[in-house]
Amino acid sequence: MKIGLFIPCYINAVYPEVGVASYKLLKHLGLDVDYPLDQTCCGQPMANAGFENESLKLALRMEDLFKQYDYVVGPSASCVAFVKENHPGILEKSGHVCLNSSKIYDICEFLHDVVKPEELPSVFPHKVSIHNSCHGVRELHLSSPSEMNIPYFSKLRDLLQLVKGIEILEPKRIDECCGFGGMFAVEEPEVSVCMGHDKVKDHMSTGAEYITGADSSCLMHMQGVIEREHLPIKTIHITQILAAGL
Amino acid sequence: MSTKHSIAAARFIANRKQEAWHDETLWMVRAKRDKMSHSLPEWERLRELACDIKMYSNSHLDTLLEEFEKNAIANGAIVHWAKDAKEHNEIVEKILQQHNAHTLIKSKSMLTEECGMNEYLFSKGYDIVESDLGERILQWMHLHPSHIVMPAIHIKRQEVGEMMERVLGTEKGNSDPTYLTHAVRKNMREKFLTADVAMTGANFAVASTGEIVVCTNEGNADMGTSFPKVHIATFGMEKIVPNQEALGVFTRLLARSGTGQPITTYTSHYRKPEDGGEFHLIIVDNGRSDILAKPDHIRTLNCIRCGECMNTCPVYRRTGGYSYTYFIPGPIGINLGMLKNPEEYSDNVSACSLCLSCSNVCPVKIDLGEQIYRWRQDLDKIGKASSEKKVMSGGMKFLMERPALFNTALKFAPLVNKLPRFMIYNGLNAWGKGRELPTFAKESFNDMWKKNKIQ
Repeated sequence: MKIGLFIPCYINAVYPEVGVASYKLLKHLGLDVDYPLDQTCCGQPMANAGFENESLKLALRMEDLFKQYDYVVGPSASCVAFVKENHPGILEKSGHVCLNSSKIYDICEFLHDVVKPEELPSVFPHKVSIHNSCHGVRELHLSSPSEMNIPYFSKLRDLLQLVKGIEILEPKRIDECCGFGGMFAVEEPEVSVCMGHDKVKDHMSTGAEYITGADSSCLMHMQGVIEREHLPIKTIHITQILAAGL
Repeated sequence: MSTKHSIAAARFIANRKQEAWHDETLWMVRAKRDKMSHSLPEWERLRELACDIKMYSNSHLDTLLEEFEKNAIANGAIVHWAKDAKEHNEIVEKILQQHNAHTLIKSKSMLTEECGMNEYLFSKGYDIVESDLGERILQWMHLHPSHIVMPAIHIKRQEVGEMMERVLGTEKGNSDPTYLTHAVRKNMREKFLTADVAMTGANFAVASTGEIVVCTNEGNADMGTSFPKVHIATFGMEKIVPNQEALGVFTRLLARSGTGQPITTYTSHYRKPEDGGEFHLIIVDNGRSDILAKPDHIRTLNCIRCGECMNTCPVYRRTGGYSYTYFIPGPIGINLGMLKNPEEYSDNVSACSLCLSCSNVCPVKIDLGEQIYRWRQDLDKIGKASSEKKVMSGGMKFLMERPALFNTALKFAPLVNKLPRFMIYNGLNAWGKGRELPTFAKESFNDMWKKNKIQ
C-alpha cells in the first residue's frame, strides 16, 4: 500500500516538525510513505469564509497530486474532513468525481483503524489533556461526540495509551470548540478569543502540562492565547508524542 | 470585516462577568439535556424517527393540513388560514371585534413575536397580557425574548426584583425568586379572571384528531384558557404531525432537549370549544411554503423550537440573544433569518465557528451548521460578502494556486517573526487582539523534504 503524506499549508509553514513526526511514525511502522512535492492548501479557509468556488483549482490539484496513492494521510483532522466532506461537492460542479474523498484519513484514524499498531517505542512522561477538535469529533468521528448517546470511544486516547509514562486527561467540556474556526477567528475576534481563553482554562483545570490533539489549527489558536496571557501550559500535536524518541 | 453580530458580541463580552454567567447558565441546561438524553437508550433512534416523521409531514402538508382542518371542524373548532403576518394579525383582531373584547390573555408564542402581533394589537387599542413568567417580566421591561424557550434568561433576578419594586410595589431589595413569583401570581390572578379572550400557540397539531398540543411548565396556558369563553390557538403550518403515535415521539424529545426535563409539567391537548364558547385555530404560512422549495434548507421546517441549539452553541452562550439581528437567535435563528430575508439578516451568518455541535444536539436532526456553511457561499451573490474577507480569500487563492510562489513566500515568511511588535500588533490585526501570532518555521516541510533532510 502506497501512502501519500498530505501536509496542509500551515503545517508546512509553521509546524514542519508535525510533518516530520508523521513521516517518521509511518516509516517506523514499516509503511511505504511518500510526500508528493509542492503541496499548498486544501481550500478550506476560502470555503468556510464563503468562497467555495475559490477552492476548486486547489481541489483539482490535490486530486492530481495524490492520484497514484492508495491512501492519503494527513496530520490535520479539519483539513482531512474538508477534503472528505466538501471536495466531492466542489469538484462535482466541474464534472470531476472526487477520488481523494474515499481514501483520505486523518493520521490518528489511519493508525487506529488501518495500521492498528499494538505497541510504540515512544516515551512521554507527562500529563496531557486531549483536545477533541470539532471536525475531528463531529465529522471524522475520532471520538464519541458528547451530544450523542453512543458509548464512549476515543481513537486519540487509544493511541496515546501505547505511549509509556503518559498520563491522559480530558477537559470538563470534553469537545467544546476552541473558537478558531478559520476566518471566524478574525471576523468575530472577541468571541473567538473568549472561546480560546475558556478552552485553555478548561484544559489547565485538568492539571495537564500539555494540550494535545489531531488538529494543529486548534493548537495554534490556543497557543496564541497561552503566549498572550503567559499561561503555564504547552501545546503539542499528537504525532509528536506518538513519535517521541523516533 | 465586522458584522452587526460581531460588534454587538464584542459589547456583550466586554462585561466579562455577565458573559461568563450567561455561558455557564446555558451550559448547565445543556448538561441537564445530556443527562436526560443519555438516560434513554433509544435516544438516537428517536431522533431518527422524529426527523423522518417531520420530513414526511412537511412533504405531505397539503393532505395533512386538510385532514387536520376537517377533523377540527368536526370537533366544533373554527379554522382560519393566514398566508402572512398581516393576515394573521387581522384575523385575531376580527375575532376580538366580533366578541367586543378588549383584553387578550396570552401564553408564550414565538409565532406571535414573528407576526409582531402584540405591537399591532396595542396600536389598535387592545390590551395583551403575557402570562408566561419570563414573557411577563419582559413585557414589563419592554423587551423582546433573548431565547425562544427561556425568554428572560439574560436577566438576573436582582434586576427583576428592582423592576417589580416599581411595577408591583414589592419590598425594596427583595429578589427572592419565590417571593417575586408569588407577587406576579397575585397580579396575574386578576388578569386570568377578567380577560375576554385567551390565546395560545401550539407545539403540535395532530392531523388525525384535529387537536392541538401546548406544552408549558407553569400551567399558564391552562389557566388562561379556563375562564374566557373564546380561545384562539395559532401555529405555523409545519407544526402538523400525522397522528398521536407520531406525537409521542416528539413529546419525548421536546422537554428532554429543551430544558433537560423528562416532560414539560403540563402537556395540554385542546380539541373542542368550551360549552357555549368558540375555539379558533389559525394556521399560518408566513414564508414557510417558500422554504419547501429550497431543498438545501428544507430541514429547518423540522424545528420544534426546543432551543437546545442555542444552549449548546458556544457563540450564543457567549454573546446573548440580542447580539443577533433576527428575533430568533442562535443556529436556528441564523438559518430562519436568512430564509426570511437574506439581505436583511446576513449579519448573523458570521456568528458560527462551524463546530457542528448544534447539528448533533438537534432532536429533529436539522443540519444547522452545514446550512450556515451553505449560506456563507451565497453571501457574495447577494452582495453581502465582507470585502476584506473577499480580498483575503482571493489573495490566498492566488498564492495557493502557485506552488512556486507559495514556496518562495515561505522562504521569506520567517522575516515576519522579526518585525517590531508595533507593526504586527496594531488595530489592523484582528488576530492580535487577544492572541500572539504563530511563528513561521525557519525552513518549511517542503524545503526540508527537497533537501532530503527528512529521514
